[in-house]
Amino acid sequence: MSTPAAHLPGTGDARVATAPGETTPPSARAAARTRDRRAGTPASGPRESILSRTGAMLVMGVFTLYFLTPIWWLLVASTKSRGDLTGTNALWFADVQLGQNLAAVFDYQGGVLVKWLGNSIAYAGGGALLATLLAGMCGYAIAKYRFPGRELLFNVVLGGVLVPATALALPLFLIFSEINATNTFWSVFLPSIVSPFGVYLTRIFAAASVPDELLEAARLDGSGEVRTFFTVSVRLMFPALVTVFLFQFVAIWNNFFLPLIMLRDSELFPVTLGLYNWNSVVNQVPELRLYVLVGALVSIVPLILLFLLLQRFWRTGLGTGAIK
Amino acid sequence: MRTTTRAVSVALLAPLLLAACSDAGGGEEEAAAGGGAAESGACEPAGEPVTLTYTSWIPGIEDVVAIWNEANPDIQVEVQTGPNGNGGTYANFFNQLEAGNPPDLGQIEFDALPNFRVQDGLENLAVCEDVAAAGDQFIDWTWSQVGLGEEGAAYAIPQDTGPMAMFYRADLFEQAGIEIPTTWEEYAAAAEQVREAGGYITNFSTGDINQFAGFVWQADGSWFNNNGEAWEVSLTSDASMQVADYWQDLIDRDLVSSLPGWTTEWDNAYNTGQAWTWISAVWGANSIASGAPDTAGQWRVAPAPQWEGVDGGGNWGGSTTAVFKGTENLYEASQFALWLNTSEEALNALIEAANLYPATKEGIELPALSEGVEFYGGQEIYEVFREAGAKVSPDFVWGPTMTQVYNDVSDGFSAAVSGQGTLGEALEAGQESTIAALEAQSIPVAE
Repeated sequence: MSTPAAHLPGTGDARVATAPGETTPPSARAAARTRDRRAGTPASGPRESILSRTGAMLVMGVFTLYFLTPIWWLLVASTKSRGDLTGTNALWFADVQLGQNLAAVFDYQGGVLVKWLGNSIAYAGGGALLATLLAGMCGYAIAKYRFPGRELLFNVVLGGVLVPATALALPLFLIFSEINATNTFWSVFLPSIVSPFGVYLTRIFAAASVPDELLEAARLDGSGEVRTFFTVSVRLMFPALVTVFLFQFVAIWNNFFLPLIMLRDSELFPVTLGLYNWNSVVNQVPELRLYVLVGALVSIVPLILLFLLLQRFWRTGLGTGAIK
Repeated sequence: MRTTTRAVSVALLAPLLLAACSDAGGGEEEAAAGGGAAESGACEPAGEPVTLTYTSWIPGIEDVVAIWNEANPDIQVEVQTGPNGNGGTYANFFNQLEAGNPPDLGQIEFDALPNFRVQDGLENLAVCEDVAAAGDQFIDWTWSQVGLGEEGAAYAIPQDTGPMAMFYRADLFEQAGIEIPTTWEEYAAAAEQVREAGGYITNFSTGDINQFAGFVWQADGSWFNNNGEAWEVSLTSDASMQVADYWQDLIDRDLVSSLPGWTTEWDNAYNTGQAWTWISAVWGANSIASGAPDTAGQWRVAPAPQWEGVDGGGNWGGSTTAVFKGTENLYEASQFALWLNTSEEALNALIEAANLYPATKEGIELPALSEGVEFYGGQEIYEVFREAGAKVSPDFVWGPTMTQVYNDVSDGFSAAVSGQGTLGEALEAGQESTIAALEAQSIPVAE
């Protein structure tokens, strides 16, 4: 329930379309990805044999179907009445009453779903923004400054990529318990602003896209390091930062386990946890079965919007950044 | 999703269980020596305003607690919520106990109480006079289960119950001219006729092991016993095997379907008249109304079929309100728990909010539970459940590792349904794995 949004077509098909044999840094690979995606217009790109082209399209088609079917099902199910939900074809509309369902689900328990959506946006939006800033600064510093222990620091951060967030939830709970901070906004927000993967990505990207000469020029012109970072480097690193933001946003939005362990007050729940709670008591309150579906549909809308909005930056940005 | 949650909660519990091993062993010995109550706080009023925290997943519980808060300005109760017990709240309770910050009160189902007791997570409420005196108000088996086999103990206040009866499609039975079965023998005979008429008499859900436990309970069996020093495991008792063999026979003859429970196909089977009966708990009345809306008015409720020579009742589900170890306000917590589960205003509110079926003798007589229910053609269905509930034996005991038992037996049942092994063999395997699980946690097992 919490993951379908992570499989939006934008992320799925790109991987399939990436040409084999390219193992250059992520920036270049991402650029290649963009190029491939643009290859929809026949004029651009190297010529491919019809066979490999058809093959690729076939694989892409299968994956697209695979990722879109659940979303289609969710959309269809959300328009049905409780009776039609089990009684009619699962993949086609019956009596469409989406408006009615939406009104009911937003009204349930005094409109708590709106509260949950707001919480999710606060956790994911605020957390991803801060995480991007921190990861960007850290990655930039590791890439551009020479200091003792630099590689060690980077390797430790890299090690952090290998530790799944789920494994950290319980230790985090015990730590927050020590300072009586469980069941607060911060207990979910603070752990979310750390992104080892973001550090890794921004370091690689900063090394490739921020020329040392430019930094020296800035220094000669009397710009301080912080100012240089925010005015010059951030712009050059923008595509990487957008990527980190997007990844982190989705990761926080879908992070279900940490809130499950930390939060008890339904006023603080993100939408994933709230819907899960509803789903766990459908036996007692039958109408929740439908509300969970409609709520899930509503909950993926912000993610889809975010992808559509940021996709633009992502494409042009990565393209310009990777071409030196 | 369900398996994920399970896997997660198991993974989560594992380290805690290891950590708690030594405590658990110690707690057991102390309890056996009668020292268990001495270490917990006395049941004295605080003499000043207090705020309690209460974790529950009952939908609409806030409104019920608001009634109490209104009337008791000095004992304010703050509601915390979460998913249902096995969906994550139990794991949270264990984490909180480990971290030393559990809520004052929490909702715990009957089958999970021993687990919390073994890890020494519960206060004995019987040290409070009012609680000790309230024992008579509760349906016998519920009071016996919250005592967990200890003399004069009450580790929780019973909240609701799930006595079992048979939901059946009155219209289909009448059309086919089949008598409503009253014994399991008649039920099997009716199953053949139903199959000839193109349906299945019921669906055997391999995931609902607590339903199966209810069948065993009804046959006067029990899966566990605690003799004060050690746990006896009896998944393979005569009654248990009798029930397993009975259902295995129906499965072998293709007289019952075996769709996974609580899925769309399952709902659909009931909604389209493919499944004719369901032997389920009182709360199942909502499940049918929700999953099979097209069949409104066609269902009725009859007493569950009986075994020859046993006039028993089964129970599936039911919760309690427990007070966690470490609370500073045992007295206030026990007062609230008693009010919540015995007072007429609270019970009425709980029935209205979440269709709970009370655990007190007076509660099940409330007017709200005497009315006819429209979905069941206006039948006064609670009448049937009241009678069934009165027959539920107080001798059924839950073990301290029910999550593991459910998982293991369910795996075996699923295999049996797909033709590998039998339900009986699944119980035998479950018996062994349960004993191993208990021993792994240093919980003494009687040979």
